[in-house]
Parts: sequence; structure tokens; C-alpha cells
Amino acid sequence: MSQTAVEKILSQHVGKPVHPDEVVIVPVDAIMASDATAPYAIRAFEEMGGGELWRPDKVILVIDHAAPAPNQHISNLHRMMRKFAQEKGCRLYDVGAGICHQVMVENRHVQPGEVVIGADSHSCAYGAVGAFATGVGSTDLAALMRTGKTWLKIPPTIRIELTGRLPAGTVAKDVILFLVGQLGLSGASYQAIEYTGEAIDGLTLAGRMTLASMSVEMGAKAGIVDPRGLELPYRFEPVWADKQAHYAQVLRFDLSNLSPQISTPHSPDHVVPLEDVQGTRVTMAFIGTCTNGRFEDLQAAAAVLKGRSIAPHVRLIIAPASREVFNQALQEGVVETLSQAGATFITPGCGPCVGTHLGVPGDEEVVISSANRNFRGRMGNPNARIYLASPAVVAATALCGVITDPGQVMDTKASPS
Amino acid sequence: MKGKVHLYGDHVDTDQIIPGAYTKTLDVDELASHVFEYLDTDFRTRMTSGDFVVAGEDFGCGSSREQAPLALKAAGVAAVVASSFARIFYRNAINIGLPVVEIGPHDIENGSELEIDLEAGALTDRTAQRTYPVTKIPAVMLDILREGGLVPYLKKHGDYQL
Repeated sequence: MSQTAVEKILSQHVGKPVHPDEVVIVPVDAIMASDATAPYAIRAFEEMGGGELWRPDKVILVIDHAAPAPNQHISNLHRMMRKFAQEKGCRLYDVGAGICHQVMVENRHVQPGEVVIGADSHSCAYGAVGAFATGVGSTDLAALMRTGKTWLKIPPTIRIELTGRLPAGTVAKDVILFLVGQLGLSGASYQAIEYTGEAIDGLTLAGRMTLASMSVEMGAKAGIVDPRGLELPYRFEPVWADKQAHYAQVLRFDLSNLSPQISTPHSPDHVVPLEDVQGTRVTMAFIGTCTNGRFEDLQAAAAVLKGRSIAPHVRLIIAPASREVFNQALQEGVVETLSQAGATFITPGCGPCVGTHLGVPGDEEVVISSANRNFRGRMGNPNARIYLASPAVVAATALCGVITDPGQVMDTKASPS
Repeated sequence: MKGKVHLYGDHVDTDQIIPGAYTKTLDVDELASHVFEYLDTDFRTRMTSGDFVVAGEDFGCGSSREQAPLALKAAGVAAVVASSFARIFYRNAINIGLPVVEIGPHDIENGSELEIDLEAGALTDRTAQRTYPVTKIPAVMLDILREGGLVPYLKKHGDYQL
């Protein structure tokens, strides 16, 4: 029987062939919760009877959403997580380690062919390494802590074939913004997406995470990237979709004429080519998040800003996706370049993206951000407007103070790939 | 269940249900005090316990925050009715014992009186004198909802049962 990659992974875990829309109980390989969801999960776990975790080594807690704690209430929630991790013997990544999804991938808590469930909607990012991964809420996670299993409706798969070569000056973020614009917020609801095609074969792991992470912005349960071209720092067995697999839909997009894309307020699917909003004045710029806070993202921003200064009316805030990312950026001079251009570095973590703390825009302010969501109020102020773009576009915009195509401010030979 | 309708549109995202900045608390009454803060500032003063939230497509899209259905439930919302739900919100609502009812396209008006019979799967707009078919929810979710949520379900069964 021919299967999609997702059907194959889930069949292996369930122990029998599974079919779309079938409800199954799935044993998982690892689970994750952040400080946004772990406190409720811990409370629900105790209410379910507490006791031992299903597998302490497979339960990962990460303090990233409000790290370091901005007030005593949140500090006490962090304390609750540390106490739980110590008592139960599970792994906790504390303040500064980084964004949960980055930490999970960097530390190999998720590997190709695995099923990993995270109490965070962007857990679908692990599809970048060829895992089936989806987000749940706190109580589902508590049940996973206890049983190591969850129930799932097997999602039908949408295959997205991306043909052509990505033009210079376009990156994974432009691809995924374009797709979110095409499919809409609920275009893949309850379904899995398989991304494939020559346009994305050359993407790095970082670029693949950018792509997979925003699958949820189309309502998808999971988004898995074709392993062709995937490079990981360890040996792995890729899971390939069968050639004759049955898809709910096959969508084809030729990306050979793609240009930088921007998502406009107040919804991620309000996507236009950059030129439509070029010249829009901004006062705040943010580079970071599980979608675009990795080393190559910082490097792309540094390529735009090297030897230059951001516009005086703009503040550029950068939250590296992890300590590892920050350390690499330090070693390679990227932090220095960005800081000298006027950027402000904050703790690796989620903060500004989710309006939890740091970098909250003021009323009527316009923000350009490398994040994944721009719903009204997302960054903590319902009276601000948020545009989403690639890190290079954010950097070029910070440089000029208005929305700018990096191609216009850079020597094209030096443009980031 | 009988109650008044509070009507919203499509794609009511989790930041509209409860902004991220207010989610870092275990106090559900505090969550309730910020429900729909950016979407409908008067909601808390207009609603009475037992009312229904009725919306269009993709209710609850965005974050996995369980604080979204918790805030609605703690505010006194008896059930959320929508043409469709984002999947994580849907699971979360059932897991914490907030009924969610999917009815397909509808023309229910703001302020109308609704009557919902979950067991019978019937929804009636008493103001417009119209009945809507309710989409069946998967058996596993119905079992969880019947127990009052996933915590009592697992306390009782110890494991998932299909």
C-alpha cells in the first residue's frame, strides 16, 4: 500500500497501516512544553493523579516565552517548572537556552521519522527534519506525560510541489509567506502538508524550519519537508513518501519569479509582494522567533547592515533563537556587526513575538518582524500594526526606516542566499 | 442549555480570545477578566452566565494556549458554536470541558436565543425558529466531554480507550 510520509510515520508508530480520518491512539517519541503551557500541564498532571512521568528522559520543558521572568508571578511559574523537573527527573532548559523548537532540534530531542508532540502551536516546525510533529494544549500534554500516548485523527495530506529555482534575494520565508497567502488561514485545516520540489531541495535545516513552522498558519496539523537535500549533523534514515501515495490535494507553484513577500496587518494570510507596501514608515523592527531567529537569519541581517547604521527613528530588537545561535553569531562577528549598526540584543527566547515581555510596541506604531503571526495585539498592543517578512527585509527596513527591498540597498553580488 | 448569542465573525484568533500577555497565570478568574479584551471590550458587562459565543469559520486559530477556552469557560460561556474550529482550540475546549458545537454556515443573529441539546445533537435558534444540524464529534471526544474533560476521563480510565 502506498503511503504519504505522514501516513508512513504514523503507521510505524501505531503498528498497523493507518488511513486518513481514522482515529488512532499513537505512542510518541518525545513531548515538550514551554513556560506558556507547562504550568497548566503540570497542574493537570497532578490532578490526574500525579506520580511518575511516562519517560522522564523524553519529557522536555523549556523556559522561553517570558524569560527571564518580567515579574514575580511569572517567576513563580518558572519556579514551579524547575521544581517539577527536579522531582520528576525530566529535562528542563532554563532561561537563555533558547526557543523550545530550536532547542528540541539542536539537542536531537526530535529526529527523522519520530512522532513528537509539543504544547505549542509551532511544534509543527519539527517537520523540517522529517518528523511528524503537532501542537496540543496543556491538558493533552499532561495526558502524554502520564501515558506517552495521544489520540489523533489521521490527517489527509496535501502535497505542495514547489518548482523552479528560487530567485536571488528570496529565501524560505518568502516561500512560506507566499504559500500562507495562497492557501489562507484555514487552507490546510486538520490536514498535513508535504513540501517538496526543486525550489526547496537546497534549503538548509534553518530554512526548512522556517517553512515547516508556519504550516500552522494555514491550519495544518503538521508540515513535513521532503528529506531530499536534508543535512543533519548525524546519520539518519529518511522517511520518503511513496510515489503512488494518495493525496487529498496536489498543489503546484512555480517559484522562479518569486519576489520578497510581506504579510500585512492584521493576519498572516494578508500577503502581498513587498513592492505593494514599499515605503511604509516603521518605528520598530524585530528579528527572532522559531520561524526566523537562527544563525543564517542573523547573518542575512548583518549582510544588509554591515558598516551602516539603522534609521534614527527605528529600534531594531534581536532575539537569537538559542544560546547556540547567539554563540555562533558572536564567534563569527555577526553580533558585532549588528550591534554596531544599532541593533539591541535580548535573551534568546520568544518574548516580543507573543507580547509576553520586552519589545511591546506603542499605539499607532508600525512594526516589521521576522515572526510568524501578526494578529491584532499579537506583540502586546492591539493599537500597533505588524508586518511580517524575512530577516533581510527587516534589516533593510530598519536601515531605511521604511519598508525596503534589501536588493535595493545591497551590492547584488553580496546578497544573502 | 439555553442562552443569548454573542456573535462574531470568521478567524477569531487566540490573541482575540485572550491576549498572550494575560495568559501567564493559573488563576482562571483572572483569565476570564481579559476574555475578548481586544475584540469586544464590553463583552464581560453584556454577557450573563450561560450565554453562547457564536462565530464563523476557524474559531480559535493561532496559539495552542489552553487559556483561551479556559477564559471563555470561566467567564460563564456555556458553549461555543462555530461553522468550524481550529484543531488545537477544539481539542483544548473538550479537554477542559467547554462544549464546542460545529454547525456549518448559519445566519444566527446577535442577541438571539439559542437552545442546545448536546446529547441529542440539536441546536435551535428560538428567535428565528430555525434548527441547525450539529456536526458529530469523534466518539473519543464525546467520551471525554461526557466525563467533564480529560482530567476526570483519565482519572477514571487510567488510559485512552477507543
